[in-house]
This record gives sequence, structure tokens and C-alpha cells, in this order.
Amino acid sequence: MAEHPELLPYGIIREDLFRPLSRAGSKWWFTVTVCFLLVLAGLAAWGVQLRDGLGVTGLNRPVFWGLYIVDFVFWIGISHAGTLISAILRLTDAAWRKPVTRAAEAITLFALMIGGLFPIIHLGRAWFFYWLIPYPNARLMWPNFRSPLVWDLVAILTYVTGSAIYLYLPLIPDMAQLGAHNKPWRRKLYTTLSLGWTGSDREWHALEMAMKLNAVIILAIAISVHTVVAWDFSMSIAPTWHSTMFGPYFVVGAIFSGIGALIIVMATLRRTLHLENYLIKRHFDNMSKLMLTMSLLWFYFTMSEHITIWYGNEPKEMGVFGQRTRGDYAFWFWTMVVVNFVIPVTLLGIKKLRSITTAVIASFGVLIGMWLERYLIVVPTLVTPRLASATSVYSPSWVELMITVATFAAMILLYLLFARLFPIIAVWEYKPHSPEEED
Amino acid sequence: MPTGKETHTDQAKPHRWGMVIDLDRCTGCEACVVACHAENNIAVSNPEEAARGRVNHWLRVDRYYEGQFPDVKVKYRPVLCQHCDEAPCEPVCPVNATYHNPEGLNVQVYNRCVGTFYCANNCPYTVRSFNWFDPQWPEPMQLQHNPDVSLRPGGVMEKCTFCIQRIKRVEESADAGSRPVADGEVQPACVQSCPAEAMVFGDLNDPDSKVSRLAGDGRATKLMEELGTKPKVVYLDRAR
Repeated sequence: MAEHPELLPYGIIREDLFRPLSRAGSKWWFTVTVCFLLVLAGLAAWGVQLRDGLGVTGLNRPVFWGLYIVDFVFWIGISHAGTLISAILRLTDAAWRKPVTRAAEAITLFALMIGGLFPIIHLGRAWFFYWLIPYPNARLMWPNFRSPLVWDLVAILTYVTGSAIYLYLPLIPDMAQLGAHNKPWRRKLYTTLSLGWTGSDREWHALEMAMKLNAVIILAIAISVHTVVAWDFSMSIAPTWHSTMFGPYFVVGAIFSGIGALIIVMATLRRTLHLENYLIKRHFDNMSKLMLTMSLLWFYFTMSEHITIWYGNEPKEMGVFGQRTRGDYAFWFWTMVVVNFVIPVTLLGIKKLRSITTAVIASFGVLIGMWLERYLIVVPTLVTPRLASATSVYSPSWVELMITVATFAAMILLYLLFARLFPIIAVWEYKPHSPEEED
Repeated sequence: MPTGKETHTDQAKPHRWGMVIDLDRCTGCEACVVACHAENNIAVSNPEEAARGRVNHWLRVDRYYEGQFPDVKVKYRPVLCQHCDEAPCEPVCPVNATYHNPEGLNVQVYNRCVGTFYCANNCPYTVRSFNWFDPQWPEPMQLQHNPDVSLRPGGVMEKCTFCIQRIKRVEESADAGSRPVADGEVQPACVQSCPAEAMVFGDLNDPDSKVSRLAGDGRATKLMEELGTKPKVVYLDRAR
């Protein structure tokens, strides 16, 4: 029976999936409190930075971009979990997607909310961030549309809006079911959010159509967003940033880390919410195969990127290449290769070793590896500028580290709150098509 | 059909300011660096910040060492904003804080800057400085601020302006006297202070100006010209 959650009586499914909304254990409260305090600490650190200036970071000339930009690219990468995986599964109508999609879509929205903050956090005058937005203003000026940072702003705002709608649409039928909740404030919340859903045929058709359309649009947006993020680097003339393949390279890396995040979330949900009947071995098996593919693709891109730099032997690019492969950053570079390629390929490529536990281990490795990848793209290039006299070093300050830690706490916090407010698996997807089948 | 406005722009355009630096004459004394700080109200760093690479110099003197001790030769190269005609810093600024003015100067509008750092990352010469904190001057240096130059708050990028305040002053007085700007009349602080007269400033549009003649010298090179940035600072290489 566990192999086919669809075969469970609908009443039991509803019971199983709605239960987490009304009961929170001490572990939940503990984690929420810890994460909340960490987020507060991060906000305090940001407050210090706003008060004193960006001098409280480890940035200097010429390392003008540091941990904040690394975190920005990392979180935008994580956001690719939801959209791409869920949209692809929806469009191909893969039946096994049912318990995975909402968990993935929530990651997308929260990762974007967090990632989208970093370009603001890293500004010298963060309180003027809205000057990048085109609106009629007292300065009588448009922003500079030639700047990749303006493209970035447009791309990310579009993506946040799109993924919020993409998460919301499939929630509507579940909200309608929860309208009869026993807590008044919840009843009000769910009824409001269900937009008067009655479940008529017309409504179902409209919803199906909207979700299909949204899946197509969000796929295009997701790919363009991470391409634009990559272009922040590749439109510049800094050595090794100015690469034609950064667009697809970043998209692949984003999906790769997104899958890692999703596997970890799935395993956690399965364990803590007792969803063993819903998130079964097959889901992890399929996700593992997806991750294996992305690991191979990532290796292919990384190899193409570095082998062409090495063979081309252009002095400035080789300076960065040397820093990465045998200089100050060599340890982290080779760690990245191990956790992003060697470990996932071994654990997930060999069938005997592939299990939920190994998938989670590989996923943690991939998250670390992909964070390192972004660090190794941003920092070594900046510490080796074209004029050797300007060479410098960079090590992040406590403010940057605190804010980084706080964003991971923020992700967990948002997710825990979400899982308490909304069913993390779309319940209506299990609804039998004919009314007689309802238990 | 020319309108009044176009005529005005045409009149404002005849200058193309540029600089020639003779590396054979540079002794590396750094008088130019000090003059630049005094003229442009550049904030003074402290030893701790300086050790972390947080020094604001619009102009720095790079040193290149040749040979082994005690047989060492040092070569100096003053590096300032090259005022590129194809400046990589300009298109990447999302708020138009850095742009090309009609006289070809690469100017920085401090009030527009939000501090994205993109311009500085894309500058191959690493000549842009950032105000990591609100600027400070040890007593009594705040008393000698140049009233012609604005003070920059913390959080904005800044860089060499070719002493645009001096250019404007000369242009205005020439306009008032209805006479052309004479060659050598505009002198940025670094040029004025150079005891070896290694730096020459002038109008590259005037073929007879000293700077144009020197720029045509056989020793003339431009820094990282291969990037297509079209710098307006010309270096005269050492003869040997």
C-alpha cells in the first residue's frame, strides 16, 4: 500500500495531510525560536552595517563584491528547485509529482525573498535601492537600462511575482477544504484565500488551464533569471567572468543546488510529519537520478570552463585559474569538485548505494559545493585584478557571516511557518475523480 | 537646421581633455598624490583601515621592481582614472551615476550613486575608491577643505575627475573674456605639483597643444589599450 498513496482512502489522506496544521510539537517550537533569534541577530548585524557603513564588512579595494553577492547567487540558485522541477513535472504530467510540487514551490518563493534581499544589503546606500526602479521621480531620470543590474531587478521582481502566483494557484482548492477549520482566525484566513472556490467544473477547468500556462511561463522566467544573474558577471571584462557560457553554467548550477535543497526538505518533511506513506522511496529515487544528471552536467560545464582557460593560457585568466586550482583557494576548489561530483556520482550512480540517507548526504554536499562554487567565481577574480599593484585579499567579517547564517535561519523559519499554515502536500491532487470513490 | 541649443552644444564640445605622463621623468615622489588629496577633499584613512586596503587615493604611484637586492631598479607609474572614451564603468551603472560628459570626461555624480560597486569591479585599472565610512579628517585638516569640491558621504563611489572644478573655472573665465582657453591654462593639482614636470595636461582636440604633440611621440603608449577602452591618459615609456 505504501507504494501507492493514491490507493489510500481519501479520508485518511486528508486526515494525514491536514494533521500537521493543528498540532505542533516541542521540537517545532524550539526550532522556530532558535531560527527567529538568529534572524533577529542577522537584522541587528545589518543595522550595524547601515549605521556605520560598508566598512564593517571585509570588502576592500579591489574586492568590492564578497559574501553578499555569493549568498545572492546561491539563494537565487536554490529557488530553481520549485519552479523548474515542479513545472517540468506538471507539464509532462508525471504522476509521481503529487507530493513533491508544493514543497518545491514553497522553497522557490522563500529562497527568492531571501536572495532578493542581498543586492539591497550589499548597497553602499541601501536606503536608496528604489532608485533602480523606473518610476516618475524628482530626479527626472530613468535608470540606466543598459546596466545588467537593472535587468536583474526586473528579472527577480518578475520571478518573485510569478512564483508567488505559481505557489498560490494550486493552494486554492485546499484552502476551500480548510474553510471549515475549527479555529476562527484560520477559518477566516482559509476562506479569504480560497476566493470563494466551490469546485465546479468551470472552476476546475480554469484552474487547470491557469496552472498549465503558469508552468510554461515560469519555466521561461526561471531560466532567464539565472541567466541574467550570470550576466552580472559575464557582461563585465574582469578575467574569467567574461565568459560566454556563464548563462547556461549558472542555470545548471542553480537547478543542481535546487534539487539538493528539495531532497533535504522532502526527507525532513517525511521524518517530522510522518509522511512515509506519501514521500516514498520512489520519489527519492527519481530525485536522485535527476541530481545525478545535474552533477554530470555541472562537471561537464566546470571542466569546459577551466580547460579552455588553461589551454588558452591568457596571463590574466591564468592568474585566477592558478588561484583556484593551486593557490589560496585550491583547498576549496578541490573540495567543491569532490562534493559536487565525486560524492554524488558515487552515492547516487551506484544503484546499491542509492537510498534516502545517501541522497540526503549527497544533497548536503551539493549545497556546500554550490555555495563554494559561487565563492570561487566571485572572490578569486577580484583579488587578482589586471594591474598586479592593486592585488588584495578578502576575508569576510562577522557582520557578513552573521547575515549569511541568518538567511539560512530565515529559510527554515519561513518553511516551518508555512508547513503549519498550509498543507505541504496538495491534498486535492489525491481526490478521486468520481464522487462514489470518496471513502 | 541648426537651433540655438545645438550651437550651444557645439561650442561646449571643442575640448577633449587628456594627459601625458612621462615615465622617464617620474621620480615616484608622490607629490601628486598629496596634491590630489588636498585639492579634492579626499578623506584620510587610518592605519588600521589602510592595512586592510581601505585607502582612498584617486591617484596612486605603482612601483615595479627589477633585479635582486642590492641591484634593484624601481620603475614608477602614476595611475589615475584614464577617462576612457569607451569606459567599461559607464554602461554597468544602474543609476547613471557615472557617465560621459560632453567634453569626454568620465564623471561621477555622487548624489546619484547608491553603491552597487559594479563600476569599480569593471574598471581594469582599479582606480575607483569607495567611501567605506562617512569621511573623516584628522584635526585641523577639515579647515583646509576646497570649497569648489563637494564632500562625499559614506556609501558612494568616487574617483579622479581631472580636477573638473579647475577646468570649469578656466573655461568660465575664458568665456567671460570671449577668448579661447590657452594651452596649459588648465592644470589639475597633480600636474601643477609635479616637481619633475612629468605630467602634462591639455586639449587633445588642439593639434598644437603640448599634450597632443607629446601624445604623438614615439614613446607614447596607453595602459591596457588592448581592452578597447580608449584611455585619454598617455604614458611616455622609459627610453631604456
